[in-house]
Amino acid sequence: MRLRNRKLWPLLLMVLLVPLAAAWAEYADVIINEKAESEGMPPVIFPHWFHRIRFQCSVCHVDLGFKTKAGGNYITMDKISQGQYCGACHNGEIAWSPENCDLCHSGERGLETGIKGGHQTSGPGIY
Amino acid sequence: MLRLVAHGLLILSGVGFAATTLLAGNWNALYNDNLHDPSNPSLRLLQDPAQALSVLAPDPAGNKVDWVAAVRQGQIQPRTSIDGSRIPEQHDSEIIMKNTLSLPAVRFSHDAHNLWMSCEMCHDAIFKPEIDGNNINMSKILDGEYCGLCHGAVSFPLTECNRCHNVLGEGQAPASSSGAVVGAL
Repeated sequence: MRLRNRKLWPLLLMVLLVPLAAAWAEYADVIINEKAESEGMPPVIFPHWFHRIRFQCSVCHVDLGFKTKAGGNYITMDKISQGQYCGACHNGEIAWSPENCDLCHSGERGLETGIKGGHQTSGPGIY
Repeated sequence: MLRLVAHGLLILSGVGFAATTLLAGNWNALYNDNLHDPSNPSLRLLQDPAQALSVLAPDPAGNKVDWVAAVRQGQIQPRTSIDGSRIPEQHDSEIIMKNTLSLPAVRFSHDAHNLWMSCEMCHDAIFKPEIDGNNINMSKILDGEYCGLCHGAVSFPLTECNRCHNVLGEGQAPASSSGAVVGAL
């Protein structure tokens, strides 16, 4: 079938690309919900993009001991208050303190722990 | 004549829309990303990806940011440690991996990786630091092992074949990437 009316070409392109404009998470956003929701809090959304602007990968993944696997770290608010995991920075000095609950616990209820925005690879988010 | 110009403009606008949709400017606002709860009143305090990422070196894939270029061009200076005091290692050797069947060989640049991490990130837990010491293949990478621990999850995705498979043998065609798709438009 030949598309004779050239006026339709841009329209066709736009229609084909509409799905690309649908809502999606930012590449490498991590949902942390192993315990949050079962303990009455919304899931945590961790944006890699925001943090990597400020810190190299190894600061968290070597120095702070975050395993490179969504769901692979047993993070609790107790540990955070003691300066472990997120609490190494989220202490009111380098970044906001843990009292600002809904800045981190900002996800929609029902989300499962994992890493978002990936392409074909199952990646480390699958466990 | 006027009709020709009109047609041309319409087609250009379609191609422009397609290119911008694929290339850049399509970061979702947090309230519209299917992750954040739009009714959370604190959402307005969080930065939207577009505000931070649109000013960095562009890229067709992942966060639509060429993170290595963003560091090299001085657009960002991610800290090497919490207080920024760690002196980064200087190790700029390249490793060429030739056992890639019909695809171009892989060039691994230590330099680009040192911009983002210390040696311990990979050595020795993920990669043995010896030539031919690691049995890497694409199936493992797609499963999130070796390079796939980061590439495909945080670093540029595995759709970007030609960024790693970039050492062309004689008469060999370049590997594909999402950038090539945009180029073909």
